[in-house]
Amino acid sequence: MTISIDPQNTNNESLQPKGWLRYFSFSLDHKVIGIQYLVCGFLFYLIGGTLASAIRIELASPMSDFMPRDVYNQVLTLHGTIMIFLWIVPVVNGAFGNYLIPFYVGARDMAFPRLNAVAFWLIPPSGLMLVASYFVEGAAQAGWTAYPPLSITTPQSGQIIWILSVLLLGGSSIFGGINFIATIIKLRRPGLKLMQLPMYCWAMLGTSLLVVLSTPVLAGTLILLSFDIIANTGFFNPVLGGNVVVYQHLFWFYSHPAVYIMVLPAFGLVSEILPVHARKPLFGYTTMVFSIMGIVVLGLVVWAHHMFTSGTPPWMRLFFTIATAFIAVPTGIKFFNWVATLWGGKISINSAMLFSCGFIINFVFGGITGVALAQVPFDIHVHDTYFVVAHFHYIVYGGTVFIIFSSIYHWFPKVTGKMLNEKLGILHFIITFIGFNLCFAPQHWLGLNGMPRRVAEYDPQFQFVNQISSLGALLMAISTIPFLINVFLSVRNGKNAGDNPWNALTPEWLTSSPPPVENWEGEAPLVEEPYGYGKEISEQK
Amino acid sequence: MLNKNFYLILIISLVFTISFWIGFNVNLLPAEASINAPIYDELFKILFIIGLIIFIGMTIAVIYSLFKFRKRNDQIGDGIALEGNLSLEIVWTIIPSIIVLLIGLYSYNIYDRMGGMKELNHNHEMMTSNTEKIWAGISQTSDNEIAINNLSIEVSAMQFAFLFNYPKGNFISGELHVPVDQKVSMKMESKDVIHAFWVPEFRIKQDIIPGQPTILNFTPTKVGKYPIICAELCGPYHGGMRASIIVEEESDYNEWFNKNKKPEVNL
Repeated sequence: MTISIDPQNTNNESLQPKGWLRYFSFSLDHKVIGIQYLVCGFLFYLIGGTLASAIRIELASPMSDFMPRDVYNQVLTLHGTIMIFLWIVPVVNGAFGNYLIPFYVGARDMAFPRLNAVAFWLIPPSGLMLVASYFVEGAAQAGWTAYPPLSITTPQSGQIIWILSVLLLGGSSIFGGINFIATIIKLRRPGLKLMQLPMYCWAMLGTSLLVVLSTPVLAGTLILLSFDIIANTGFFNPVLGGNVVVYQHLFWFYSHPAVYIMVLPAFGLVSEILPVHARKPLFGYTTMVFSIMGIVVLGLVVWAHHMFTSGTPPWMRLFFTIATAFIAVPTGIKFFNWVATLWGGKISINSAMLFSCGFIINFVFGGITGVALAQVPFDIHVHDTYFVVAHFHYIVYGGTVFIIFSSIYHWFPKVTGKMLNEKLGILHFIITFIGFNLCFAPQHWLGLNGMPRRVAEYDPQFQFVNQISSLGALLMAISTIPFLINVFLSVRNGKNAGDNPWNALTPEWLTSSPPPVENWEGEAPLVEEPYGYGKEISEQK
Repeated sequence: MLNKNFYLILIISLVFTISFWIGFNVNLLPAEASINAPIYDELFKILFIIGLIIFIGMTIAVIYSLFKFRKRNDQIGDGIALEGNLSLEIVWTIIPSIIVLLIGLYSYNIYDRMGGMKELNHNHEMMTSNTEKIWAGISQTSDNEIAINNLSIEVSAMQFAFLFNYPKGNFISGELHVPVDQKVSMKMESKDVIHAFWVPEFRIKQDIIPGQPTILNFTPTKVGKYPIICAELCGPYHGGMRASIIVEEESDYNEWFNKNKKPEVNL
């Protein structure tokens, strides 16, 4: 039997459940899948955040007194794995990508709707499996990096479940990546040129290339590692002649690009949000596109900067220093362009705008410490210390998570047809911004002065600064409350948003809110200037 | 117009002044106790000042835009339709490229002065085979020192302790004693998982890897007791994996050494 699937007609109404139920179904609608990714990711964010709170409670005192030491290592491993593989990667790629990309290219769905649904439905079981591994023999406790020989010598069941879960999540990510590339390249509406696409499409194209090129390497590496654990092979096990540094090379060949898999989509999203609320065209569209692709290419050849104190020869240390530092150039261009986008605009200071500006400030800070860390002699002192912990939280939390919240404030009216409450939104921003900086800025000092990362105990002279950091973490936890209240109240009783409350010009706003299943009642509109603010409005209509 | 440029120059010079002042007056680093430490701190200071200039500058630009270009209640319509400015974009591509390149060259120079680019030839008298491959490390040599005078120590790391073998004295110690102002040369290997040898006051760190010996050379410059910290997650007691390095005057060191020295056993 042959089944032909017409992407225009996959949402046969008689087959698909309606209302809230469709979010629990194997829906093929890209909008439903996008929301599934977002809500599922947010639930895992709450779990990962609870684990983070546990870490900060343990570190509020110098002694290891809150939980057993091996449980602490399980908590930090799960925190890292959940936040990366179940929150940030699925949300900035899967959630916003699925919701927005078909609109941006003028399609009615993704190129492969069934693969899309499969990619999402891999996530909840692998996430639950990962969390549940704690109750078997204890979860993995070798950190999210799972360096052998530690990952080979710690209890097997936790580590094997961790590997299985990351493999499934990696598979989900690869399916998504293939889908995005196919959709952006092949499903563009007739007449729509590549250089007319909204910037998020370019970001997702670059990200998906990285996903497709590097995730299989991680998958292969983890399969070899699992052989070492269960079949006594000696790929990485030094006792059997294996090489532990080879694992690090293979691991970081994926896991450094993974940083760009987490931040490039955020760069795309902020490029959509800023022009709308500043009422100005995105500054330097062409240089933005080239800098995204520059980051993609450079991002593939910088992995060994995670290994400067490891078994790397001197020449290699030098090459990776230069390559890493040069990523600052295309990244810097993007930040200058965003500030230039604000310059001379008519800026509405709302929650979406504040979170985006918070992102710029935090990410510039994280980028500066990143350029410093790229320098071998600098890195040798602070590698594997709290300085690094602070740096990457400035990138992934201060950067990407701020943009996730900004995007939720921006697209909530699109998805629900209701506005979020601005007062609660601004309160959410203020607590998050203060809490985040209070939590992570002091950690730079801790690292410089001798506190290594991944420890449950530390020298008493670091107690005061650690307590400031824990206070910041408490504020971050509290900041979730106004956000959740806001979402639950607004979904039911929010102010009606109308179809296009921001008067935005990108194609997703040129239909009703929430959009119909087929995205547009009639033909998809041709948007040649998604950032044509300040020009004749009539041209766009 | 003159007025506008005047304010711009004023703000830029203020940003530079503040950044330089903070860079020279705020010390974020622990004590300097090896010849590497002042070299490291020099690099840190430069990166700190450049970083501050960029960070403060960008933050002012964002906050100023939010304030100056905020939409007033009586305003309608859009901002100016400015889509780009090629010469401006070229400027902010080239200037960061030059800064990044200069930082890279400068840090190469620093790394070279720290001994990072030296060949990893290990002058270890007790080593049984000269062909053993040293995988990585910092091999610092200074010209007025003779290799024979080097103090050679073998470090082995295990869950959750460091052991220091003094081959010349034929004894093993749990504390690392070294004389001040003399080059110390260590060959390190792990017995189980990956550990790391870090002395914050010396600004040096090197992983200790099972199956792959690494070396670390340093010259302490200040008498005192400093922590040796394991920096690589190595198991439940990772946070407690500590040892001490005791830098002492040569006479004190010799006294300690002779007290622990054991007669050689001929097998």
